[in-house]
Amino acid sequence: MSSPVQDLSVLHQRREQRLMLALALPALLVILLLVVLPVGWLAWQSVYHNGFTLENYRRIWSEDIYWRSFALTFQISLLVTLLALLLGYPIAYAASIAPKRWGIIILALVVLPFWTSVLVRAYAWLALLQRTGVINQLLRQLGLIDEPLALVHNTFGTVVATLHILLPFMVLPLYATMQQIPRDLMQAGASLGAGPMLTFWRIFFPLSLPGVLAGSTLVFVLALGFYITPELLGGGRTIMISMLVSRNVELYDQWGAASAVGVVLLVAVGAIFFAVSRFIPLDRVLGQK
Amino acid sequence: MTMSRPFRIVLVVTCALVLLYLIVPILIIAPMSFSAARYLSFPPPSLSLRWYQEYVGNPAWMQATRVTLTVAVLTVVIATPLGVAAAYAISQSKWRIMRLIHMTLLLPLVVPIIITAVGIFFVYAKVGLAATMTGLVLANVMLGLPYVVISVAAGLQSFDATQEMVARSLGMNRLRSFFVVTLPQIKPSVIAGGIFAFISAMDETIVALFISGGQYQPLTKRMFTALRDEIDPTIAAISTLMTAVSFMLVLIATSRPKKGA
Repeated sequence: MSSPVQDLSVLHQRREQRLMLALALPALLVILLLVVLPVGWLAWQSVYHNGFTLENYRRIWSEDIYWRSFALTFQISLLVTLLALLLGYPIAYAASIAPKRWGIIILALVVLPFWTSVLVRAYAWLALLQRTGVINQLLRQLGLIDEPLALVHNTFGTVVATLHILLPFMVLPLYATMQQIPRDLMQAGASLGAGPMLTFWRIFFPLSLPGVLAGSTLVFVLALGFYITPELLGGGRTIMISMLVSRNVELYDQWGAASAVGVVLLVAVGAIFFAVSRFIPLDRVLGQK
Repeated sequence: MTMSRPFRIVLVVTCALVLLYLIVPILIIAPMSFSAARYLSFPPPSLSLRWYQEYVGNPAWMQATRVTLTVAVLTVVIATPLGVAAAYAISQSKWRIMRLIHMTLLLPLVVPIIITAVGIFFVYAKVGLAATMTGLVLANVMLGLPYVVISVAAGLQSFDATQEMVARSLGMNRLRSFFVVTLPQIKPSVIAGGIFAFISAMDETIVALFISGGQYQPLTKRMFTALRDEIDPTIAAISTLMTAVSFMLVLIATSRPKKGA
């Protein structure tokens, strides 16, 4: 049996809930109408054309161009993730152990490109890497090469520019994790006789693994969906999944095929996030931005 | 931490090289934009403002700039209050459904942008929003919302909610206590969220490629199509201006005013 006081508090709680829902509703509606509805529509489109059909997926499975594009996208994303880890780890490590002022300077330099337009950076890399670009000019003046190197409009250019954009997404979660590692642990290790290398590998590195996982996930997933950089620096030969989607829509008017490719990409991204969320909370991965 | 000397040298050199890789491409555009040469060159043979004049004198670039600025301002004006309201609701309510709403609001960051772009293109074509200002602003509000929500939710986390309770127990109604007690204290994170939404709208390219057209094409769309054809030095001038605006805004967003001011 409930007392009148309890009734009142339940009533109050309901009113509170309704108010909070009303406050969140406008934002929620925007997302539902502009993300959930369009993506759902695409998913529907990929299996429905005058009746239910799996034709679009069968084509992805059987046609060579789709296979090659998926394989290339995964290879490039994996390569970019590994390189980002290789270059990002020392930066995050240095920022976390340096005196505070230096740490802030290092982080500021990492975040600076973060807030520069992706398009502007693609342009910068074109200016640097093209046949008559800065790097080729420099190498020629130094007498190191006779013929300009093909640095752009290929996979190399795509990787260099993609890595440039995604590196901060690796460094920031790494730094966040490293900063939380208690320094006493390393001192304890050292006082027990372990050298700097041993304390790093046995104590620091394992404790930084959540950051490695968060950063790698973010970089890999973002690389999977890259569009501007491969489009502008890939020279039409490095066809990544996103380009497959846009080409099917813009050039061939193949909505079904574009939708199916999009759905496969989305499922891959969703599966990766889901798998990772079992180890670290997802909002921590995303909240780093 | 103790470190051997060679290890320290390797670390410093590696960091310096990686930081150069991150910074140089951003800095190289500015000197090139002041070049007098017909083609991109570095270092510029002589200095001039010709590419800035080219930009300002071109009606198509100017129209695109107006569209970009209008879209960015409208995006902030709409996305900020929606995001603040949602972040407030999420942080106040322990209701389980709010967690789901929170995740949904972050979806624009998770769904690959090309999928969102093609999907919106499809929906807009059905409802007649393609190539309109309304459609462009709506899409950018959607893309900017997660930044506002993340920033404001973080701000609310360090805010003591009992203060608002006190204000209400002293007779203020809920709305007033929010505006008088809570909002002033989370103001820095609201401003930061709004600025990030502005930058996101200013830089957005992929969705605009699909849904914008006619006279409502933002700068980024025109830059992208120009870059596909040839490397026009006018873009160096535009890029330099865009970067300068971004950096100024980030500086404002990240410099928190002193407490108690």
